[in-house]
Amino acid sequence: MNGLTFDIAHMLAGGLVLVSFMLLYQDRLYALLNVYALHALVLSLSVAWQAYVQDAPHLYVTAAIALVFKAGVIPIALHRIILRLGIHRDIETVVGIGMTMLAGMGLVALSMVVMLRVTPEADPLAREDLAFALSVLLLGLLVMVTRRNAIGQVVGFMALENGLVLAATGAKGMPLVVEISVAFSIVIAFVVIGIFLFRIRERFDTVDIGALDDFRGERR
Amino acid sequence: MQALMIHLPLVGVLLAAAVLATAIARSASATPVVYAICAVASAAGLAAALLSLTGGLSAAPLVLPLGLPWVGAHFRIDALAAFFLVVVNLGGTAASIYGLGYGHHEDAPHRVLPFFPAFLAGMNLVVMADDAFTFLLSWEFMSLASWALVLAHHREAANARAAYIYLLMASFGTMALLLAFGLLAGPGGEYAFASIREADRAPAIAALALVLMLVGAGSKAGLAPLHVWLPLAHPAAPSHVSALMSGVMTKVAIYGFIRVVFDLLGEPAWWSSVLLLALGGATAVLGILHAMMETDLKRLLAYSTIENIGVIFAGLGLSLAFEANGMGWAAALALVAALFHVFNHSLFKSLLFFGAGAVLTATGQRDMDRLGGLIHRMPATSLAFLVGCVAISALPPFNGFVSEWMIFQAILQSPNLPGWGLKIMVPAVGGLLALAAALAAACFVRAFGVVFLGRPRSTVAEQAQEVDHFSIAAMAFLAALCLLAGILPGFVIDSLAPITQALVGGSMPDQTGDAWLSIVPIAEGRSSYNGLLVFVFIAVSAWLAAYLVHRFASRELRRGPAWDCGFPEPSPATQYTGGSFAQPIRRVFGTMVFRARETVDMPPPGSTAPARHRVEMRDLVWDWLFAPIAGAVDFAAGHLNRLQFLTIRRYLSFVFLALITLLLVLALWT
Repeated sequence: MNGLTFDIAHMLAGGLVLVSFMLLYQDRLYALLNVYALHALVLSLSVAWQAYVQDAPHLYVTAAIALVFKAGVIPIALHRIILRLGIHRDIETVVGIGMTMLAGMGLVALSMVVMLRVTPEADPLAREDLAFALSVLLLGLLVMVTRRNAIGQVVGFMALENGLVLAATGAKGMPLVVEISVAFSIVIAFVVIGIFLFRIRERFDTVDIGALDDFRGERR
Repeated sequence: MQALMIHLPLVGVLLAAAVLATAIARSASATPVVYAICAVASAAGLAAALLSLTGGLSAAPLVLPLGLPWVGAHFRIDALAAFFLVVVNLGGTAASIYGLGYGHHEDAPHRVLPFFPAFLAGMNLVVMADDAFTFLLSWEFMSLASWALVLAHHREAANARAAYIYLLMASFGTMALLLAFGLLAGPGGEYAFASIREADRAPAIAALALVLMLVGAGSKAGLAPLHVWLPLAHPAAPSHVSALMSGVMTKVAIYGFIRVVFDLLGEPAWWSSVLLLALGGATAVLGILHAMMETDLKRLLAYSTIENIGVIFAGLGLSLAFEANGMGWAAALALVAALFHVFNHSLFKSLLFFGAGAVLTATGQRDMDRLGGLIHRMPATSLAFLVGCVAISALPPFNGFVSEWMIFQAILQSPNLPGWGLKIMVPAVGGLLALAAALAAACFVRAFGVVFLGRPRSTVAEQAQEVDHFSIAAMAFLAALCLLAGILPGFVIDSLAPITQALVGGSMPDQTGDAWLSIVPIAEGRSSYNGLLVFVFIAVSAWLAAYLVHRFASRELRRGPAWDCGFPEPSPATQYTGGSFAQPIRRVFGTMVFRARETVDMPPPGSTAPARHRVEMRDLVWDWLFAPIAGAVDFAAGHLNRLQFLTIRRYLSFVFLALITLLLVLALWT
């Protein structure tokens, strides 16, 4: 592999990490969804580049799935859900943005240290890719933890899944079946969560999961 | 013929009886049918096991396609298993016969009948198991069946508490066994006993397995300080089940210990004998002191079981000490003594529990201080109970004497041990055992004297009726066996020779050739005992004395006023009670072992209220070991309880933090 292809792969994976950081500080739902669409777009670019580099045509399918579903269908569907729920004005992060960003940087550092120390003999491309993928995964989890709104948690979960796809495509020879199943699992999760959102909404007139806790009669 | 071809179908019959009992439990014929099936099956098992022990049946192993797939259930009956099958099925036969009569007084037979055959089947299976999985499964089956029997009379709060503590201790013990077998099987998961026996393992692993085995089997057998459940649970069950639990199930636990430590672990470490000796001696003394203080007849018997378990474990410890130092003949002597005591204790403890059950049936009382004078109302029960008391007090010519005498013979071999530690320790343990033996005699003089002699202390004791024929037959059967094993011990010792040959690589000298059926532990010149001659001497001299007294004095039976300290007060409350009989011993040991405090509440001057004398005793094992553990568990549970009521985001945060922590560990350690 020559220097340029490696640099481009590196840039795209790093771009994904950067977009994950952007997810962290969005405090409006529409903006969050837009950034998520960007996240999926960068992922599909990265996967497509991997397909070109590894000369693995089936990865183009994965890239297409990412582009169509994650950058297109899901954000649009979530937009419509938000509109129907009438909650497009509000979002609140639980922890302050500064603290969240600092924690995110710590997580990226941690995943770098872990990956670089655990895989000293591995292929450098895969190694860097894995480190970035782990960062994306952890940042997605951080989004889930710092959001109180159910839609914010859905987005965090899908960002986490993007990290998994990045890791899966970074390694050579991963069969297509895995990616398809992962992609479909995420669609199903999205559908289920969407239905749940409506059910919660019907029941409690809000998608703030704090209402669930209130319903259980518990303090916070 | 293969021994398993007889025993496995018999276990099937017992399990079928359990199912049948569930179906017909509420009909009137259920009690005789179920107990008759159990009696027949156990008797057949006893006969087959005796045949195996004398070499009449083949010990070939058998693998059944049950349990874990591709592993199967291994069974095998070697000499050791055959001996314990004799113990289990002998106890089972006697308890079933006793149950034929005793079961009629049961007010909730549907809570006892299904579990009784299952309990017997479980004990049989434990002894037959030849791989760790089958062993543990059978062990747990046995525990749960006996737990259900302890809970048979669940409306009494004390029984429910006893069952709860028993369940806790049984699960704890099984967990220790599980870990022990896990260590023994190694990472390859070779669970068959044959491959465990062959495996090489590091000394540290073997030591850990031995300690875990001691905890697991010891807690089931009642080894101090894990004995606290035993005096609660054993008396709570119906009496014939108490007899099985005390007389037989504790022996199954000892079987498990012998099987692993003597058979599977290979060469013993020298320190394991020190551990066993110390625990055995302490258990013996602690158990019998508790028994001495107890006024509940069945709890007294349960505490006495703890003492006998201590004696048996001390014998096993001696055997390990001798084996580790290459003295096979002495190891064989100690092991035979321990196994003989296993057999003896199963006989007389079952007998005594049957007697206590008969007293309970006749009077509804277990409190000794409300009994008394029963020898006039229940002569047959009294005689059988007396035989049991004499046997458990290790008086010749009964069987208890022979096994305890052999244990002391083994202790007397300790000067031949190399190393000063054991040389000093073994006689010290011998002192403890001697103390326990003396206290046991005092304890059973007290038990028999207070319950059966003197005058009745309550109207129920005054109006007691002799129990039914089945109960008496079961007690007479065991009493006869106690005497028989006492006067003909040579046959028992010889039949144990294959076991010692296989386990410690030595055996006692052949006993059949000696004149007048005497037994010789080591050599004729050093010591020998002849139960038959002692029995003949006692019988002849007692008969002669009685004859002479009646011939030359008077034949008449006279009833006069009892000596009453000068007070012509006819109240039976002026007699010695259990508490007053135990008082001297409580004064000597009580302040140290029980923190006993005696207080006198004097009424104020001018008041006519009586002064009250009170004794407070504390169980230090409970206070120092179990109460802190229970407190710690409570504390942790109380604090962890909050985790149940968190928000979804908090739970997510916990997952997140756990992931981060694991990654940090990975980053820092590699």
